Amino acid sequence: MKPSPFSYHDPSTCDEAVDLLGSLDNARPLSGGQSLFPLMHFRYVMPDHVVDLNGVKELNYIRAQSGFLHFGAITRQSQIEFSEDVGRVAPIVVEALKYVGHRQTRNRGTIGGSLSHFDPTAELANVSMLHDAELDVRSKSGQRKIAMQDFGKGFMTTDIQDGEILADIAFKVWGDGHGYAFEEVSKRRGDFAITAVGAMAELGPDGAIQRAAIAVSGVAPVPFRLAAAEQALAGQRPSHELIRMAAIEASKAEAMSDAHVDASYRQHLARILTYRALERALKRAAEKQRG
Amino acid sequence: MAEQRRKVATSVNGKDYEREVDVRLSLADFLRHEIGLTGTHVGCEHGVCGACTILIDGQSVRSCLILAVQATNQTIVTVEGLATPQGMHPLQEAFWEHHALQCGFCTPGMLTTLVAFLRENSDPTEAEVRDAISGNLCRCTGYQGIVAATLDAARKMLAAGEKA
Repeated sequence: MKPSPFSYHDPSTCDEAVDLLGSLDNARPLSGGQSLFPLMHFRYVMPDHVVDLNGVKELNYIRAQSGFLHFGAITRQSQIEFSEDVGRVAPIVVEALKYVGHRQTRNRGTIGGSLSHFDPTAELANVSMLHDAELDVRSKSGQRKIAMQDFGKGFMTTDIQDGEILADIAFKVWGDGHGYAFEEVSKRRGDFAITAVGAMAELGPDGAIQRAAIAVSGVAPVPFRLAAAEQALAGQRPSHELIRMAAIEASKAEAMSDAHVDASYRQHLARILTYRALERALKRAAEKQRG
Repeated sequence: MAEQRRKVATSVNGKDYEREVDVRLSLADFLRHEIGLTGTHVGCEHGVCGACTILIDGQSVRSCLILAVQATNQTIVTVEGLATPQGMHPLQEAFWEHHALQCGFCTPGMLTTLVAFLRENSDPTEAEVRDAISGNLCRCTGYQGIVAATLDAARKMLAAGEKA
């Protein structure tokens, strides 16, 4: 189908963009369009004004500085996928991006677009949770910061308000020696995940787990961290029993059910994928430690 | 500037075009209906089938998920731009030899996707080729011929020192 008629605006600065979004009725910011255009084609979304951010070059960057990895909101997914900086300091992002749609959509789709769309299975939301991202949101009246933990408000709903856009996403960087792994099950390559799990781990000199992070997507309307399991992992030496404990924790969450997939299958996948992701993350951390 | 119609000036297959269009017109419909390049096929119109894949500045993208107005000042190549007066692209030749198409509906998207892929990866494995076309649906061939053609074209171009 074709989208309903709209007026098109193409600001070249962030200030212009938020001025437009703050003054026009029923306006939608457009980033890569890989989720918004399908919704507009189906006429689930019928904006009167489309504010195209693709010309706002100041929102396209990848910058590693003082413990953070910053992404401009309209940085394309394929730019991130092939960025040496990202591969070096936040390699799980690259591993997760391989599951994001297909090359054709990653060439156009952006990190800010994916987070703003906030599909419950979105890989970029998962790794943003793992890296405790800080989101910088701008509007006509100024800017504010949102912690990724507080960003999701419900199914495909974020804390971004009308007139606001996501401008900067800052990932907290882990140490060079951290291990990581991203695991996902979908019906076909590149499809939306049924369930996806990302895990990161750091080991101390004695081989015990210093820090671990596990994020689960696709189970609940909003991705979540396994905070209790993460705490229980700290200070322990990696073992089958320990990894299994985290995996069982993952399967206890209340899960969504839909026409395709039963809640119990999502819980089952959360358990299996958490085991695999954590096991692989720990193995990688141990390998890095051995050098 | 806000309007429901706007001028698009873009380069397609090395030729410059200028048209005034509705801002809601997709780039796929612009290519087909405004400038008559019907090689780009429109299957699903929501980014699932990959038939409308074209190259913008050498990158494969779905032309149904871009507005025509967003193509201003971009360099576009469609399936019509792959062959030269000297003959078909080696990948097109290989598609022919390996029966990589039956109805032909997915073929333009397969070719553009794979040409961009082979430019980055001149010596791919079968698994890499299958991953590269994971975003392109073919309902006839079972993909077997498409994969065989791509591997064969890559081998031939590599042997001849040609670039995709």
